[in-house]
Amino acid sequence: MSSQAVPLWEVFIRSRNGLSHKHVGSLHAADTTLALQAARDLYTRRGEGLSIWVVPSNAITASDPADKGMMFEPTASKIYRHPTFYEVPEEVGHM
Amino acid sequence: MYTQALNSNPDAAERHVEDAALAARFQERIDAEERIEPNDWMPAMYRRTLVRQISQHAHSEIIGMLPEGNWITRAPSLRRKAALLAKVQDECGHGLYLYAAAETLGTGREELVDQLLSGKAKYSSIFNYPTLTWADIGAIGWLVDGAAIMNQIPLCRCSYGPYARAMIRVCKEESFHQRQGYEIMLTLAKGTPEQKELAQDALNRWWWPCLMMFGPPDAVSEHSDASTRWKIKRFSNDELRQKFVDATVPQAHYLGLTLPDADLKQDAETGHWSYGAIDWDEFKQVIAGNGPCNKDRMAARRKAHDEGAWVRDAALAYAEKQRLKKAA
Amino acid sequence: MATGPLTVVETPLVRYVLRRADDALILGHRLSEWCGHAPLMEEEMALANVGLDLIGQARALYTYAAEVEAAGRDEDAYAYLRDVRGYGNLLLLEQPNGDFAATIVRQFLYAAFIDPYWRAMMASSDATLAAIAAKAEKETAYHLRHSAEWIVRLGDGTAESHARAQAALDGLWAFTGEMFAVDEGERGLITAGVAVDPESLRGVWSETVGRVLAEATLARPADGWMQKGGRDGSHSEHLGHLLSDLQYMQRTYPGATW
Repeated sequence: MSSQAVPLWEVFIRSRNGLSHKHVGSLHAADTTLALQAARDLYTRRGEGLSIWVVPSNAITASDPADKGMMFEPTASKIYRHPTFYEVPEEVGHM
Repeated sequence: MYTQALNSNPDAAERHVEDAALAARFQERIDAEERIEPNDWMPAMYRRTLVRQISQHAHSEIIGMLPEGNWITRAPSLRRKAALLAKVQDECGHGLYLYAAAETLGTGREELVDQLLSGKAKYSSIFNYPTLTWADIGAIGWLVDGAAIMNQIPLCRCSYGPYARAMIRVCKEESFHQRQGYEIMLTLAKGTPEQKELAQDALNRWWWPCLMMFGPPDAVSEHSDASTRWKIKRFSNDELRQKFVDATVPQAHYLGLTLPDADLKQDAETGHWSYGAIDWDEFKQVIAGNGPCNKDRMAARRKAHDEGAWVRDAALAYAEKQRLKKAA
Repeated sequence: MATGPLTVVETPLVRYVLRRADDALILGHRLSEWCGHAPLMEEEMALANVGLDLIGQARALYTYAAEVEAAGRDEDAYAYLRDVRGYGNLLLLEQPNGDFAATIVRQFLYAAFIDPYWRAMMASSDATLAAIAAKAEKETAYHLRHSAEWIVRLGDGTAESHARAQAALDGLWAFTGEMFAVDEGERGLITAGVAVDPESLRGVWSETVGRVLAEATLARPADGWMQKGGRDGSHSEHLGHLLSDLQYMQRTYPGATW
C-alpha cells in the first residue's frame, strides 16, 4: 500500500460576478496539472467559476493569531480614514 | 447522525486540564459566536472532538456512496440515471470538503482514511443497510437526506470556521437530493399497485434505521455536554429526531403511505408527533459492525483504496521526475 | 431481425444518430460503474463528470432520433427497449472498465477521435446535430485533456503503471479501427453534408495519439487486425451483461414509468 502523502493544495475560484478569487477549500493532487483538473471537477460542478487558482498549501505564509493585537488593532483608532469622519453639509449632496 | 458513534464513545482520558486563562478566553469567543479558525488556540479536546466528528462525517459521505451507487447502473430512466450519478458524486464531493476541513486541524487525509479502513473510525449506521429495490433510492433521498439536512443545517453555524463553511457548501448542494428522492417516491406512490407496494416496502425498511441516525436518546448520550458548550452541536439527538418526525409524517401522508409505527400519534396541543420505541439493540449491533452490509461496505472501500495505490504512486513518481528534470 | 421489444424503423439518419447516442450511453454507463469505487477520490469526481457529460450527450441524441423517427418514442425507449443486436455502439466503448489504466486508455483513444469529430460536426448541414456537436465538443475537449494527462502519468510513472498502461493499450488497440468505418447509409449522409467522414480525422487522431504516447514513453501498437461489428450489432459478450444491468427495471416491470 502507498505510504507517500499526496500533496495538499488550496483552491481559489473567481466566480461569475466579477469578484476576485476566493478561497473555497483544498484538495490532494500529485502536481499542478492534476490539482487544477481536480479543482475543476470538485469545486465547479454547478457553474461556480470562471477562473481557478491552485496553490501548494505549504506555500502559504499566514499571520500568527497571537500577533492579532499588534497586527490589526492599531488601525481601529484611525477613524479619519473613513468617509463618515468628515462632515459635509447636506445641501452639497452626495459626495 | 453521521457522527453518532461520538455519542456512545466518550474518551474520558482526553479531558485533561489546560491553561485556564486560555480556556476561559476561548470559551468567551465561543459564547460571543466568534468562529474559531485553524491557527487559533483551542483546547486539545476541542480539536480532537472536531477531528473525530468531521472525519466521521466525511467517512459517512464516502461510505454513503455505496448503497445508492448500487443502483446507478440500474436506474430506470436516463433522467433518473443522470440525477442519481450526480447525487452520488456530490456525496463524494462532500466527503472531500469535509476531509479538507478536518485536515485544517492537523491530521492528514491519509491518516483519516486509514482510520476508516482499519475499522478504528466509525461512520453512520444507516449506510449498513442494503438497497434492495429501486424504491430504496427514493426512500434514501427522501428520508436519509431529509434526516441529514436536519443535522447539517445547524452545523452551518458550528463554532469551527472551516467545518461551518464546508457545511454551508454541502447544504447548498444537497438541496436537490431530498427533492430527488421524494419525486421518486411520489412517482411510485402514484403508479401501479406494484409500484406503490415497492414504495411502502422501502418506507417500512428505512423508517426505523432513519430514526436511529440521530443517535442514542439524550438520556444516555454522554458526549453532548462539551459539544454543546463549544457550539459544535446546537440541538440534542432527541430534538433533531423530533424535528425530523414532525417534518416527515405529513410528507408520508401526502404520498398515501403508512409509517410502520402503530404508536405514532399527534399531540393535539403541541402538534408534535410522538413515536414508538426504537430498537436500540439493533442500533448497537449495526454500530458494532453487525449490520447487514458493514462487511461489504468496508470491503468495497478497502478494495478501491488498495487498487488505487499504484495510481497514486504513478502520479507521485511522475511529479518527482518532472521536478528533477526542472531542477537539472 | 428482432432487436428486443422495440423495432426501430431505421432510416440512414435515425441509424446514424442512434449509433452516436449508443456510443455516448455505453461509455457513460461504463464510467458510472466506477462511482464509489474509483482509485482516488479526486478521480471519482472526474470520472463521474465525464460520465454525466456522456449521458447528457446520449439523451440529446436519442431525443433527436425520436424526433426524426417520428414514431412517438422517447429517449428511454431506445436506451431501455433494444437488445444487443439493436445497439450500434463501438466495440471499444463496451469493453469492461478493467483497472484504472484500461479505463483511461479506452477514454483517451475515443476522446482523441470524438473531440475533433464533434468539432467538425459543428458545420453539419443538420442544424440539430450541429448544435449537439457544439455542446459536446466542449465536453470532449476536457475528456481528451483529462485522459491524456493521465496517460502521460501512468506511462511515465512507475514500472507498474507503465506495464498496466501498455497492456491496456495493446489490448484495446484492435478496437480503434472501427471508429473510422462507414457504411453505405452513412456515406450518403456524408455526401449530403449531414455527417463528417471519420476517415478525414484519421490524421489528427493518429497525431494526437502518437504525441501523447511518446510523451508517456508508451509504445504505439502496430496496426494489425482490427475488430469490427459493433455498428451492425455484432458485439462482444460484454454488452449483453451491461444491458442486463441497464435494462433491469424495464425488463422486470415492463411498461411502467419511473
